[in-house]
Amino acid sequence: MAVTLLSFVYLALFLTLPPLLLGVVNRVKSLFAGRQGPPLWQLYADLRRLARKGAVYSRTTTWVFRAGPVVGLAAVATAGLLMAFGGAPAALSFGGDFVLFAYLLGLARFATVLAALDTGSAFEGMGGAREVTFSSLAEPALFLCLVTLARATGSISLSGMLGPALPDAWGHAAPALLLAAIALFVVALAENSRIPVDDPNTHLELTMIHEVMVLDHSGPDLALILYGASLKLFLFGALFVRLALGVRTGGLAGVAVFLAGMLGFAVLVGLVESIMARLRLVRVPQLLVGASVLSAFGLVLLLR
Amino acid sequence: MSAWTEMVFILLVVFDFFLLASSRLKAVIRAAAAQGALLSVLPLLLATDKAEIGHVLALSIGALVVKGVVIPWLLMWAIREASIRREVEPIVGFIPSLLLCAVGVALAFAFSSAMPLPTPEKHGFLVPTALSTVWTGLLLVVSRRKAVSQVIGFLVLENGVFLFGLLLSDFMPAMVEAGVLLDLFAAVFVMGIVMFDINREFSSLDTEKLSALKD
Amino acid sequence: MSLLLVILGIVLAAASGLLALAFHRNPAAAQRVACAALVTAAALAIAGALSVLALGHAAEFHAQWSPPGASLALRLDALSALFLLPIFGVPAAGSVYGLAYFPQAARGGQARRLQIFYGLVTGAMALVAVAANAMLFLVAWEVMALCGFLLVLTEHEKKAAQRAAFVYLAATHVGTLALFALFSLLGSAAGSFDFARMAAAGLAPGAGTFALMLLGFGLKAGLMPFHFWLPGAHAAAPSHVSAVMSGVLLKTGIYGILRVSGLFASPPLWWGLVLLALGCASAVLGVAFALAQHDLKRLLAYHSVENVGIIAMGVGLALVGRAIGDPALVLLGFGGAGLHVVNHALFKSLLFLGAGAVDHACGTREIDLLGGLARRMPLTAGLFLVAAVAISGLPPLNGFVSEWLVYLGSLRALSSASPFVAWAAIAAPVLALVGGLAAACFAKVFGTVFLGVPRSGHGASAHEAARAMLGPMALLAAACAFIGLFPAAVVPALGRAAAAWAELTPAALAVPGRSAAASAGAITASAALLLLVAGAIAAWRYRRTRGAAESETWGCGFARPTARMQYTGSSFAEMLTLRFGWAFFPNARVEPPRGPFPKHASFSSHVPDTVLDVAIVPVWRITAWGAGWVRTLHRGQVQGQALLVCLTLIALLVWRFLWW
Repeated sequence: MAVTLLSFVYLALFLTLPPLLLGVVNRVKSLFAGRQGPPLWQLYADLRRLARKGAVYSRTTTWVFRAGPVVGLAAVATAGLLMAFGGAPAALSFGGDFVLFAYLLGLARFATVLAALDTGSAFEGMGGAREVTFSSLAEPALFLCLVTLARATGSISLSGMLGPALPDAWGHAAPALLLAAIALFVVALAENSRIPVDDPNTHLELTMIHEVMVLDHSGPDLALILYGASLKLFLFGALFVRLALGVRTGGLAGVAVFLAGMLGFAVLVGLVESIMARLRLVRVPQLLVGASVLSAFGLVLLLR
Repeated sequence: MSAWTEMVFILLVVFDFFLLASSRLKAVIRAAAAQGALLSVLPLLLATDKAEIGHVLALSIGALVVKGVVIPWLLMWAIREASIRREVEPIVGFIPSLLLCAVGVALAFAFSSAMPLPTPEKHGFLVPTALSTVWTGLLLVVSRRKAVSQVIGFLVLENGVFLFGLLLSDFMPAMVEAGVLLDLFAAVFVMGIVMFDINREFSSLDTEKLSALKD
Repeated sequence: MSLLLVILGIVLAAASGLLALAFHRNPAAAQRVACAALVTAAALAIAGALSVLALGHAAEFHAQWSPPGASLALRLDALSALFLLPIFGVPAAGSVYGLAYFPQAARGGQARRLQIFYGLVTGAMALVAVAANAMLFLVAWEVMALCGFLLVLTEHEKKAAQRAAFVYLAATHVGTLALFALFSLLGSAAGSFDFARMAAAGLAPGAGTFALMLLGFGLKAGLMPFHFWLPGAHAAAPSHVSAVMSGVLLKTGIYGILRVSGLFASPPLWWGLVLLALGCASAVLGVAFALAQHDLKRLLAYHSVENVGIIAMGVGLALVGRAIGDPALVLLGFGGAGLHVVNHALFKSLLFLGAGAVDHACGTREIDLLGGLARRMPLTAGLFLVAAVAISGLPPLNGFVSEWLVYLGSLRALSSASPFVAWAAIAAPVLALVGGLAAACFAKVFGTVFLGVPRSGHGASAHEAARAMLGPMALLAAACAFIGLFPAAVVPALGRAAAAWAELTPAALAVPGRSAAASAGAITASAALLLLVAGAIAAWRYRRTRGAAESETWGCGFARPTARMQYTGSSFAEMLTLRFGWAFFPNARVEPPRGPFPKHASFSSHVPDTVLDVAIVPVWRITAWGAGWVRTLHRGQVQGQALLVCLTLIALLVWRFLWW
């Protein structure tokens, strides 16, 4: 019973904290640049404002455009039900659930790309093309990480892979898990359109990926998209933090460790964004294939 | 102790990947230097009771100085003088060569245990790491256009040979290792002279232009 | 009883086109009769197949037949029943679709011929699936292949159809030749051509058997190096024929691999690993070639190569499971492959029917000339989108379920202690790559064809498809949704088919079957949650955005955008196709703009099939040239013939001295 209660606590955190996570990232970047920066809860205010605003739709668009943000958010939120936050059992867990997890994120992406193409704008088509290119190269890296994790822990559900078996796995398969964690961090940056793959603050449509796809969304739709993007970052953060920290904790102490880890993740992302420049688009595949190769090397170490 | 050794081997392979994936020559030279420096730790970590401490120390310090400092410094100086920064348009692209390297590494780690060796293995990762590094060096030499990249390839190749040498270091006289290092040193030296000649002649460092010199 | 239903179905289906000939005075009625006969046949046979799948009892029939070694042996087990579902379902849907798409009243003799061979190919495919004697199997196989040839040649006045049909004919006959050799080997080793006797004889699984099996059935299934006939044939045939060819005809190759590998008690480990590797290559390269296509139907045809690759991965895993004696791996690998056979038949035929509707409405299949059809053909667009999501393997539709089973199989192999078996887990990241690329490709297709604004005059006059075309499409989409939402309902049937194939007792499969069914139930739960959350968000959004303003698409400051400025499908896929540059040999024609006021500039590119156009055709051209030269020597004067004899003699002598 305590376990189910715990997963509900985590679900509540998952639904409420993500905008704060982005606030922390932005605060770190501001501090690095010597600015004061926006308040930590800026995104909450943005979401509230956008939700109340009206929307404007292009005459070119159809229902696909309107369905994009809805499906995108719903798929990411459902994926959250499968995530074993902080190593506590997920709300919904079964063998091979991580495949569903990854494919739900894929569904969200598919819906977003189609909504972008529905506007008939060359810029949004460009963004969609980049998004599908980079994500389909990131997908094998993600699966190699998860397969490494499955082999190391002997479990094929997220709750088992990230659960109590993970600390033991760090004992006997540390190098492989370390490589997987590094690769996973790269995947998290790429999937969430952060530097060095995409610059969330850029102002030139030609260089954007995620931002350019949602150019035509406004009002409540944009709120759904922004919220969904923050949930996705939170999910990848939770996966990375649990994999990297892999400590044996439970109950409230586990929640505290998890939150501290997420804070660390946000600071890390902020740091990367402060000290790195965005890669040229042609170099991004190199980075993603490199991440795949690293995690594949981890898997090879486990399989020999 | 063993966990650290393992980590060193894994880092060596990670440097292999980086060497093939990066196009910036400075970063590649630094990675090669770091790999060389990391190699110099291994004789100490792998030393058995039978080994003479003087021999091991000489090997380690020799590797550190030559592979980690002198040759990289020479290469850095060379690219500064020739003012080249990037490997553009390699013969085999960065991603294909990285994937080829990954396949080689996977095969090396999967099948090296089946290889007949003259001496008992000191560490399970020694032979596959050596094979991977040799493979990386070969790939660099074959797939890159710039003369500097090829010298780096030779350097990495030599790193792999050095790793193989560690397998035998209890038996191998230091002279052999010194001879190999000397070869490499000579190679860098010759390449340096050749590079400057080509650079002065054609204001470019493509090895493909070397064939124009044959008359 | 079940077998009787299937036999009735086969006879009725095969005769459906001939029945219609009786009504040749009234073409519309004739077509409706043929269609009704095929639908009835399908209903009968599917009922029979379903009863076998539900109960797991096999039915047999045996009669004498005069040719040596042959007997009229039929056997309907769960494996055959699984394949009978798409074999009858897709042609039935296609023939209803044909009422509006290929009306006999307008097409005359072409439609009449198509009708005859459409029914005949259905009957032949079904006979292949139930034949229990090698000779009978080969006869049915050959009838099926010839019907396929004639169906591709339906629009025989078109050059592309002629070329595609003859390439197909050559390919399929090479395959049949390999099958003759294969069954002769097996038959002489077992002393009988009956499959039951062969299975009982305890045949030794050799490398030659495997190679012949791979060549013979791989050519039909379209596995990667043997796929070359497929894109042309599928693109040249009418759409409801392409649906049958791609959705069902290819699967007879998979069926053959399963049936023949099922004859061996324990196939060696390397069979499974080789098939897995071929499947991986097929899947990745198939989808890569698909990304580079600009003809809608050619693109879909390459996706068949990809999906056959996924099926082969599942079969490979199942074979590995048999080799190491792991019933759970057999169940998951076979379950994934078997379900993907059915799923691919559903969504691929839906896609081909949708492509046919687009072609019918716009008169072109060039993706980059289309656009904005979702406004003019909303129902077609919606149904096409269902199939696009399903084929990309995205939840909550059926493609996800079968790919998920293959994933589970590869993870099962991962937990094996043997390093060779554990390497099979590489299937998981490969499948992830394929899934990502397939989603990219269908974002390209759906986005370019149905979204945005029309790129040329072709789409401007488009109209919604006729009801007879939409009906079967809706039925296929509903089947996709059903399997996707309730996968637990199909797991037991897959278990029975796996048991029939691997000769396992139901008890051996009970435990893995239960756990797979439980996980499948969890998929239903998460799909329901997904729909619930989406519904709630949609309701909230709907209240918030009622009466929203409308405007132009934001053009980043450019005031006068035109339809031609939209991103095209080719540019959408370019970044990805660049990654596969090593496998493509594109023909590009570039006329760059010149001068300060350029008048004309153009760019066109086409990616031909590497195996067919870069390897096979040039080699054959050289061979034909050499043969022609030898022939002139033959036919020429005495001197020429003497020269030939002389040259042969010298060649023989050289060979004798150097290599003897």
